[in-house]
Amino acid sequence: MRTTPTMTAVFADSLLVFERYARQTLRSRINLIFGLIQPMLFLGFFGPLLRDVPLGREGDSWQILVPGLLVQLALFSSAFAGFGILIEKQHGIMERMRVTPVSRTALLLGRTLRDVALLVVQSLILVLAGVAFGLRAPVLGVLIGFVLVAVLAASLASLSYAFAMRVNSPQEFAPVINSINLPAMLLSGILLPMALAPTWLDVISHFIPFRYLVDGVRAAFVGDYGDSALATGALAALLLSAASLTLGIRLFRRAGA
Amino acid sequence: MTAILSTHDLALTFPTKKGPVEAVRGIDLTVEQGEILGFLGPNGAGKSTTLRMLTTLLPPTRGTATVAGHDLATEPRAVRRKIGYVAQSGGLDPQERVRSELVLQGRFYRLSRAEAEARAEELAVDLDLTELLDRTCAELSGGQRRRLDIAMALTHRPALLFLDEPTTGLDPGSRADLWQLVRRIRDEGTTVFLTTHYLDEADALADRLVVVDHGEIVAEGTPRALKERYGGSPEATLQDTFIAITGHGPRREESAPLAV
Ligand SMILES: Nc1ncnc2c1ncn2[C@@H]1O[C@H](COP(=O)(O)OP(=O)(O)OP(=O)(O)O)[C@@H](O)[C@H]1O
Ligand SMILES: [Mg+2]
Repeated sequence: MRTTPTMTAVFADSLLVFERYARQTLRSRINLIFGLIQPMLFLGFFGPLLRDVPLGREGDSWQILVPGLLVQLALFSSAFAGFGILIEKQHGIMERMRVTPVSRTALLLGRTLRDVALLVVQSLILVLAGVAFGLRAPVLGVLIGFVLVAVLAASLASLSYAFAMRVNSPQEFAPVINSINLPAMLLSGILLPMALAPTWLDVISHFIPFRYLVDGVRAAFVGDYGDSALATGALAALLLSAASLTLGIRLFRRAGA
Repeated sequence: MTAILSTHDLALTFPTKKGPVEAVRGIDLTVEQGEILGFLGPNGAGKSTTLRMLTTLLPPTRGTATVAGHDLATEPRAVRRKIGYVAQSGGLDPQERVRSELVLQGRFYRLSRAEAEARAEELAVDLDLTELLDRTCAELSGGQRRRLDIAMALTHRPALLFLDEPTTGLDPGSRADLWQLVRRIRDEGTTVFLTTHYLDEADALADRLVVVDHGEIVAEGTPRALKERYGGSPEATLQDTFIAITGHGPRREESAPLAV
């Protein structure tokens, strides 16, 4: 007889795991700042350059830049989430938890939930800073943007955890994440819309799922809720998260991982 | 006597970049209810790997096992509810407080918050950790950390406790305390499966010994029987017996005189 934990047990366990890691994050405020540094630098030192540049699409330059920076924030904040697991593996913490009856799915979901919560707080700070620089956007649009980046963060974090379960050292982990993150950031039009790109670059960028998210959040920030870019962005986020969570849960449940 | 653990042809091969490593090559093993089993063998013999299979952490490449009444392959969750495991290098988060580690462990075993908090206090009293409850794990000494590791593994009063080298790195006084503790755990009804490199420890604690080398069982029996059979007489030292079995000279480890 193979017993699987009930949904309620998975949920309760996820909350326990979330609570532990949320507490750890609150204790070391470095986590809060770490992911924010890059987007904040771009906001302050790059954003002002775009003020009078024609960007090839609807909206004020801040309404175009800030959505990109939100996605960049998710990329840098969540993609490195797996780092924590590498450290925990070295201390034997993962194995200690994995011999208890706690749901292994919850060990992933609880952590991911923490990353999403962290990202939402960071996003709020980033948007408020944007407002200080001159961003004006409808509240509903900003909230939709938060939902999209939260789903993106959940996807990236669980992919990052899944990958961290497969490798043994930070030395193997960091270079891979770095070498994916930077091209992904450039190719998804995070700083400038891909509408400015030559055809070949535009074509390549269509293969990067983050591109659709950036465009979706931009549509939300200008209040264009009927725009197909928003629907496409939401669909991309949904597909990405379904695939990532499935993969992550599979790896966490596998006995040997 | 009834067996609380039995394995048949249990084996595990690690695929590595330099080719497969046959860490465990087919082990048939029985642990009786209520005994302290000493699992001995030189470095790399496959002791930890065997324990990690029996605790549901690694899937065996071959063979079967029944652990605490449940099939390891098909009922891993039922197995986890009944066993405790202290890994060779522990499993504590240096930044967490002793109390919160104990409470979370209780919650993982499905205790309510109040029950988990009460159990943490109880375990702290039992394992002499009361003064340390509000320290972080990083602020504990090696011996204190080991006691906390064991306390965590005892949270749910397991039927079977696996201890992987519980006394490595401890001073003689702490080791003696830990031996007392292991005996007490057994007297309270928990079967203990422990690995060690200290032959005096195996001699003093274990009811029965299983010696592995290169992933295979090379000898098993009571310490007395092994001494008689391999050491030449019941008065032989376990160290001579061990050398006779494995063909290895003793490797001195840290300050312990009888380590292999
Ligand atoms: N994750 C792993 N990947 C590849 N090989 C491994 C892994 N873990 C252990 N091994 C190899 O498997 C063999 C058995 O290792 P194991 O840790 O089980 O030995 P041990 O008896 O516990 O040794 P020690 O007394 O040093 O703790 C060794 O050759 C070891 O190098
Ligand atoms: Mg070992």
